[in-house]
Amino acid sequence: MNNRLYGNLIFELSQEGRSGYSLPKNQFGSYSVPAQLRRKEDAALPECDEMTVVRHYTNLSANNFGVDNGFYPLGSCTMKYNPKINEEVAALPQFAGLHPLQPAETVQGAEEVCQQLCKSLCELTGLYAFTLKPFAGAHGELTGLMVIKKYHESRGDEARKKVIVPDSAHGTNPASAAVCGLEIIEVKSDARGLVDLVDLERLVELEGDSIAAMMMTNPNTLGLFEKQIPEIEKLVHAAGGLMYYDGANLNPMLGAARPGDMGFDVMHINLHKTFSTPHGGGGPGAGPVGVRKGLEPFFPEVSPYHGNFAVAMRALAYIRSLGRENIKLVGPLATLNANYIKESLKDVYELPIDGLCKHEFVFDGLKDKSTGVTTMDVAKRLLDYGYHAPTIYFPLLFHESLMIEPTENESKETIDGFIGVMRKIAEEAKVNPDEVKSAPHLTPIGRVDDVLAAKHPVVTYRQLLAEV
Amino acid sequence: MATVKEGLYYSESHEYVKVEGNYGFIGITDYAQHALGNVVYVDMPDVDDEVTAGEEFGAVESVKAASDLYSPVSGTVVEVNEALEDTPELINKDAFENWIIKVELSDKSELDALMDAKAYEAFCENA
Repeated sequence: MNNRLYGNLIFELSQEGRSGYSLPKNQFGSYSVPAQLRRKEDAALPECDEMTVVRHYTNLSANNFGVDNGFYPLGSCTMKYNPKINEEVAALPQFAGLHPLQPAETVQGAEEVCQQLCKSLCELTGLYAFTLKPFAGAHGELTGLMVIKKYHESRGDEARKKVIVPDSAHGTNPASAAVCGLEIIEVKSDARGLVDLVDLERLVELEGDSIAAMMMTNPNTLGLFEKQIPEIEKLVHAAGGLMYYDGANLNPMLGAARPGDMGFDVMHINLHKTFSTPHGGGGPGAGPVGVRKGLEPFFPEVSPYHGNFAVAMRALAYIRSLGRENIKLVGPLATLNANYIKESLKDVYELPIDGLCKHEFVFDGLKDKSTGVTTMDVAKRLLDYGYHAPTIYFPLLFHESLMIEPTENESKETIDGFIGVMRKIAEEAKVNPDEVKSAPHLTPIGRVDDVLAAKHPVVTYRQLLAEV
Repeated sequence: MATVKEGLYYSESHEYVKVEGNYGFIGITDYAQHALGNVVYVDMPDVDDEVTAGEEFGAVESVKAASDLYSPVSGTVVEVNEALEDTPELINKDAFENWIIKVELSDKSELDALMDAKAYEAFCENA
């Protein structure tokens, strides 16, 4: 990890009158912009020469950490490696140079890519049809719920406005339902961390004809496989609701089981998780939505054209380079890696729900709570050892959640190295707790004041200037 | 670690009610503020808003998470603790002293459904 701080803002490098470009002569003769549309003052842009700009962004990028730098066990996010062949394929000029309004007969290759990806996703999930239009996972959730709403409306069953969501669900589930104009009812988790069947029976009895759907993530956000899917699916379908599968945790299912076979009617897939395309912020996302036969007429037009086509290309490149046999190893290897880490650390970290997990699992902080070292401290200390921190304080079911997801890609050596460091930190917490509580020490920026950042965020240069 | 105060009524979602006459002072418990960590924002209703037992009336945001607040009782908000707007961390200093809203109770029998200090203490131990 780079431990030299590069902390300049491009605005701070600006010199009045400096420029790194020269515009060509105006070739269009005179033109006039209507007075009311003209700028009243110059845009407050930084003025820099080219070399300053190049060095600035190169140095900034050296402060970044990604899966190409090191191990990134961010639970619930499936930070798997993005193979470089994906990028090569997506950059082929025959695809990258296309314009979405080109005549259809000139883009048949791109159409074929979309169809092949949809076909592969159908085969991998056991569903009948996919749309590639949604731009991200949450957009996919909204799209899927729109399908469900339209389906009920098409049957004149307009009273179905409620969506059952487990209390362990990702926050996007209730948010998407609310954006879609649906109401949320929460079903509790039982002591095993799975959907509480008794509570679900009660809700179904109570709400019956008003249930539009149940949204489930399987394995759930605790990394546990929901074993009662057949019972749950029967209950919800008997009440007239549809089953929605949140594909956020689809990765461990590849090669193990298919949502379509489990009785799910609608699902979305986060291509940036399971199918190795870049994550949000690092590139546009994609959240294709799949449905069982009979629901495909209800696909809404949520975006023009084919969504983020270049992301779809990367996903297809991934599926094709693994091939039908190898892709079946993804789920089992992701599951093996997670269980190996869990079993290797559960004597020093608190494992609230014992047993086999799927691709990820949750510790409830250190086992020895007497040192006062929290999950936040452990996460910060990991940065000193060159690892990205796991997801912390999610899910909300435990106070000191520390959620680890290694993915299938990592070698045993890398995983053993991580286990060794986690054990070392647990030991440090006992013999030198202050060292851990004040971590990180080796990163460009030490422990940040997250309370101040939350209460008083300074997010623009102008705001910063006003403060000084 | 977390303290429980005698004489208050407690909900399973970790709010308390301190009753004075026909009024109830509602806040989050010491256990809740411990679990949340540093509180950075409290979203409160307006005076004259109605609150309903078991339903959401605001939210507490900490560096860890944002959590909805559920009213343990029904009634009308007669006062909000304005000090929390600028200094939400008062909740971390003393959660029982720094109530969030004061409510005129519409049905005092609702208090019977809540836990006393002893029952709440046992509830937290099993949580």
